[in-house]
Amino acid sequence: MTVESTAARKPRRSAGTTAAKSGASTTGTKSAASKRTSAAGKKSPGVPGAPGASGPGPELVQLLTPEGERVKDATYDPYVADITPEDLRGLYRDMVLTRRFDAEATSLQRQGELGLWASLLGQEAAQIGSGRATREDDYVFPTYREHGVAWCRGVDPTNLLGMFRGVNNGGWDPNSNNFHLYTIVIGSQTLHATGYAMGVAKDGADSAVIAYFGDGASSQGDVAESFTFSAVYNAPVVFFCQNNQWAISEPTEKQTRVPLYQRAQGYGFPGVRVDGNDVLACLAVTKWALERARRGEGPTLVEAYTYRMGAHTTSDDPTKYRADEERESWEAKDPILRLRAYLEASNHADEGFFAELEAESEALGKRVREVVRAMPDPDRFAIFENVYADGHALVDEERAQFAAYQASFADEGEGK
Amino acid sequence: MAAEKMALAKAINESLRTALDADPKVLIMGEDVGKLGGVFRVTDGLQKDFGEDRVIDTPLAESGIVGTAIGLALRGYRPVVEIQFDGFVFPAYDQIVTQLAKMHARALGKIKLPVVIRIPYGGGIGAVEHHSESPEALFAHVAGLKVVSPSNASDAYWMMQQAIQSDDPVIFFEPKRRYWDKGEVTTDAIPGPLHKAVVAREGSDLTLAAYGPMVKVCLEAAAAAQEEGKSIEVLDLRSMSPIDFDSVQASVEKTRRLVVVHEAPVFLGTGAEIAARITERCFYHLEAPVLRVGGYHAPYPPARLEEEYLPGLDRVLDAVDRSLAY
Repeated sequence: MTVESTAARKPRRSAGTTAAKSGASTTGTKSAASKRTSAAGKKSPGVPGAPGASGPGPELVQLLTPEGERVKDATYDPYVADITPEDLRGLYRDMVLTRRFDAEATSLQRQGELGLWASLLGQEAAQIGSGRATREDDYVFPTYREHGVAWCRGVDPTNLLGMFRGVNNGGWDPNSNNFHLYTIVIGSQTLHATGYAMGVAKDGADSAVIAYFGDGASSQGDVAESFTFSAVYNAPVVFFCQNNQWAISEPTEKQTRVPLYQRAQGYGFPGVRVDGNDVLACLAVTKWALERARRGEGPTLVEAYTYRMGAHTTSDDPTKYRADEERESWEAKDPILRLRAYLEASNHADEGFFAELEAESEALGKRVREVVRAMPDPDRFAIFENVYADGHALVDEERAQFAAYQASFADEGEGK
Repeated sequence: MAAEKMALAKAINESLRTALDADPKVLIMGEDVGKLGGVFRVTDGLQKDFGEDRVIDTPLAESGIVGTAIGLALRGYRPVVEIQFDGFVFPAYDQIVTQLAKMHARALGKIKLPVVIRIPYGGGIGAVEHHSESPEALFAHVAGLKVVSPSNASDAYWMMQQAIQSDDPVIFFEPKRRYWDKGEVTTDAIPGPLHKAVVAREGSDLTLAAYGPMVKVCLEAAAAAQEEGKSIEVLDLRSMSPIDFDSVQASVEKTRRLVVVHEAPVFLGTGAEIAARITERCFYHLEAPVLRVGGYHAPYPPARLEEEYLPGLDRVLDAVDRSLAY
């Protein structure tokens, strides 16, 4: 199973030019391919010959094949031209440590230490590639699965666990790392990102904003409205859609009849589909999009074509809605194995590097475990904290009632 | 500056002008707020004087207006957004309730959301459906939001100033049928706090508590009752979140009777909350149960029936009589 490597692709290639090649598009996954037959067999209305929503299609930007071979792309190669072997090892390290963190969090949920966890397994390249493309003064608006992006922004991964453990509902200062709080309501953050980007433009700053969302969120009105607003105001925002093929149990076919990146065309800005399991391509395409934004050329939609290898969250049971073979086919495109193959083939990393990273990975897992277990429950009066910036009479009154109630236990020698 | 007589809509316009002038971070956003000056002309002339970057005509998308205002606030701006009519706020309700209201708490207080959402609300102008509703209780129920409504031009001017200066999100309900009512506005007077209720008319036999468009009706009812020898106190609540229960309590301890009046449906409304709290606080002072006058548990009716639906002088006086009969 291979993903077809692409020659140079212009990001705004029209649907018409893809028509001739769509028949030669990649095989994709077995189940995805069959779904394409049923969903897009009638051809998407208005996009004659467009690749179906479920297959990656010939437009997929790729710089590293699943076998770890570097392929040329005249459009996007310049955006990774300056990348050093050390940078490549850095990307590899980011992906490995992020996966380790994610695995630890999943285990902690199974052990009852976290109430829920949303795993990023399989999406490391999409997140590390795009995350490393951001500049320090850029601003990131994540969903609730962007653990790898948080890592790139310098957010301590243990900060991400508070809301999943139930000790807070967010818990970090978004301005510390220009990394906004996780957003649970699907798609809401794309509007916040757009508004923030409108502010960046008003300030005359040359930074950019990136909003993450998934294939399911692409159906939300807020995402459509954010496309409208960002286009109308030419806001410096990059919409980074991780199409991981599944919105809980609903496949992409239940969200769209055309490939998601093509949505951008209707709003008047470019859309690009990138191999989301190729960290180098994700880095290059996101850099390109962020630089466009900084130059005042407005928004871009990047669709990272990837796969959620685990469950939607730990509450989910993917065995009920998808076949094992599908996951297996995507395991062959694993983003980490792919870069490792390239690093080894090009002699950019030796055994020592991998061994050292393994030790670092174990240490991270241990630290996460320890920090989570030591995480104290919040003070009970936290209920009433920060409800309002300027205070509120009702909150004050109820806090006082709560205090009196608590004190009544203390009188009986039961309270703290 | 001396006092000036102006319509309530003009007072808000002047207040927005003052805010735009004083703080470059203040922005006006909404549908038709620019060239047209809003469908009620509340923002008339502001875009001409402050430019399209400060007074922003938006796409026709309420969730987008509020969602982008949140982003602008995160960037350090103070957006004042207009929702064109009460019934149109619901596409934005998700952004207001799940995002705007909670973000300050979720960030442990590290970020602030100084967003004002202006909503012309209430009936009495003969409009078609979705143009006459009073959804204030739906917002007051949500922690993290502040909800206010002025009843006169002076309050409209000052409460808007205070709402814009607040670091909390404020839902600013404008009584659209009072937009053209004129009143004295003194722009250099020092106002009381935003959430303080005020006694609009002193009385000793019964308290009428109201806000927004119903304050005028209650004042007229009190004047009519005066002719029958009844002394009615009228309390203008001004704020539905928080509610100034101390002022209500003080008035009820004096008059011993309370009738709450609003246009919104009575069921689970602002009046229900006030009745419950005042019963708790003033049980031994009350000579009669707290009564409520308001809308019915029915969709806001077509315009030819709205006079039946809206609390008018007679329905208020009827409740006054029922209370005094205990």
